[in-house]
Amino acid sequence: MNWNDMIYILPEVILTIGASAMLLVPVTGGRGAKLSAKWMMIILLAITAGALIYCSHAVENIDQSRQLQAMFALDGFSIFFKLLFIGAIAMLVMLSEDFLAEGKYSPWEYYSLLGFALCGMMFMASGVHLITIYIGLELLSLSSYILAGFYKSELKSTEAAMKYFILGAVSSAILLYGISLIYGVCGSLNLLDIAAAMSTIVTNDALMFGIMLLGAGLCFKIAAVPFHVWTPDVYEGAPTPIAAFLSTGSKAAAFAIFARIFYTGLHDFHLEWNYVLATISALSMIIGNLAAITQDNVKRMLGYSSIAHAGYVLLGVISLNALGLRGILMYSVVYVFANLGIWATVLMLRRHQYAGERVDDFEGLSRRSPLWAFAMVIFLLSLGGIPPTAGFIGKYFLFAAAVQAGFGWLAVIAVLMSAVSMFYYLRLVVAMYLREGVEAEFAITTPLRIVAGICLVVTLALGIVPSSLIDQAVLSSSHVAAHAALTPHAGR
Amino acid sequence: MSPALVVFLVIGTIAVASSILVVAMRNPVHSALFLLLTFLCVAILFVMKGAEFVGAVQVLVYAGGIMVLFLFVVMLINVRHLPDERVLSNFWKGGLLVGLAVFLLFFTMVRPGVFHDPVASDQALRTTYTYRHRKVHQPDGTVVRKLIRRGKVVGNSEAVGMALYTDYLVPFEVASLFLLVAMIGAIVIGKRELSAIEEENIPAYMLERSETEHEVKEAMSA
Repeated sequence: MNWNDMIYILPEVILTIGASAMLLVPVTGGRGAKLSAKWMMIILLAITAGALIYCSHAVENIDQSRQLQAMFALDGFSIFFKLLFIGAIAMLVMLSEDFLAEGKYSPWEYYSLLGFALCGMMFMASGVHLITIYIGLELLSLSSYILAGFYKSELKSTEAAMKYFILGAVSSAILLYGISLIYGVCGSLNLLDIAAAMSTIVTNDALMFGIMLLGAGLCFKIAAVPFHVWTPDVYEGAPTPIAAFLSTGSKAAAFAIFARIFYTGLHDFHLEWNYVLATISALSMIIGNLAAITQDNVKRMLGYSSIAHAGYVLLGVISLNALGLRGILMYSVVYVFANLGIWATVLMLRRHQYAGERVDDFEGLSRRSPLWAFAMVIFLLSLGGIPPTAGFIGKYFLFAAAVQAGFGWLAVIAVLMSAVSMFYYLRLVVAMYLREGVEAEFAITTPLRIVAGICLVVTLALGIVPSSLIDQAVLSSSHVAAHAALTPHAGR
Repeated sequence: MSPALVVFLVIGTIAVASSILVVAMRNPVHSALFLLLTFLCVAILFVMKGAEFVGAVQVLVYAGGIMVLFLFVVMLINVRHLPDERVLSNFWKGGLLVGLAVFLLFFTMVRPGVFHDPVASDQALRTTYTYRHRKVHQPDGTVVRKLIRRGKVVGNSEAVGMALYTDYLVPFEVASLFLLVAMIGAIVIGKRELSAIEEENIPAYMLERSETEHEVKEAMSA
């Protein structure tokens, strides 16, 4: 290995050192200062983002991929997702501040675990070898289990962490068994080697089984339907900023590996897996949206809505064309920003120390904070995919990709279910504008205002002038999309 | 029947039987000891397949480390007997059905699969390469330095070590992060938070000590 290649993992190295250093601060007597944990984390994230941009110049042409030992790739795809992750984590740090200040738990361990989770996500985005992807995924999952149970004196938080941990461990075992079968048949775990080996295989039951197990494990991580049961419970029980993290950053990372594995590694068996994934996608959209209608708890509703969104993103994987990959990239951005805005509102509304968990808590918001209510409407419209917002652009690309790939029926289901989803999103709008309520308390603080402001600007700007996002997605996805197109189902 | 097959059948039967006994035993200490037996049998199976390294890790980490921890916890919380519940829960029929279905699936899907040529890759996996510059005397009298690669077929442990620290260096290092996070998690979850009542009931001598500590700290900072 060439030492000069080590520059490709510079951002991860910096992040690891910083996150470890944060653990040492309370030991050396800095525990008293609560604000400084937040600022140290923000500075660390800024340095990581700077290092990432510096490294990205190592990829002179964005069509290229710089690889470290065929394990770790620095290419447009990974840089795109890593910047998204860093942005999402930075906003989560802002969201967490008030929450941590109330509790009696140390912010240092919290932010440090968030940093390690981000490190795992970055390795997932860059992994071109199933081992790297798996280890990154496990680093993210383990940090998430601990963070979900961070409020250990609250029964719900502990319950959420236990459920998440046990189901997560089982799904990791399934994923790992799938990986081992793929290794047994293909003789390598590098995605390009797997693709090369697969192009010579006409049919192989063990390989098919491996792909199915791998897909099942991944579907658990994105919470697609037969593997979704944990989602509402965990979102409801986990500390609210952590629920926000699980439904945005963590989910976007799972989308990234889903896209990378299926586009780079398994595209040759497209005809075998696409109908299975299409069924999962259709079920996720239908069950996720229908179940969300009946929820009175906003956190559970967002949980079911995130299941439905996993179904939409799967459209991009199933279609396996350049349009679909662009759709996944764009939808991840759109989804993360709109969702973070909604979670910021949930955190702002509180009743007796609890975050605004019920639909009633939103009543009368328009009268007391008209601007915030307007922002909330924009976020909800974006999740529903209504034109002036960014959500429309993301959904447009995904649905168009599905139609182009011959999955018109799936696109029809997706459009119908988007209409259904507007029903429960509008329930919140009705509560905000047409009902009067006085019970919920407000705690609009500067960090929450900043997060909501950024999300509002991004959601509106990308909806009205989407060209910059589209250009970026086209550039970033071209390298990965080219792999899927280069060997079009050879030998079959 | 070859001797290897006989050993496999005996050890495999013991492994399966003791793993069933792990869940069937009522006394947790017995369960833990049967788990230990399962681990040892699996270690023997690994050694028979030529994976000495995995076998040794199985004994050292699972049988040596994790099992001792299990027994320690079981003895610490002093659970002699589980409450008198039925060993089988109400779901056993469904569970058995799912288990059989999964077994059939594996039997029909995984067994007939065509796997990557194991003989060639076994040799390749056990080969490590060393690079060395060597002076080569040419026929015309000049001396040229040449890079010579020499492959050596080594034992399983050495090959695993070489692979871990060269090709798999990146995931190997990330795995160390994984362990660090596990440790942080254990501390975060295990650390005791004092409630307000408990803080009031702290014995006086402990408060005195903390006050003196505080004074010492203040004196040092001054």
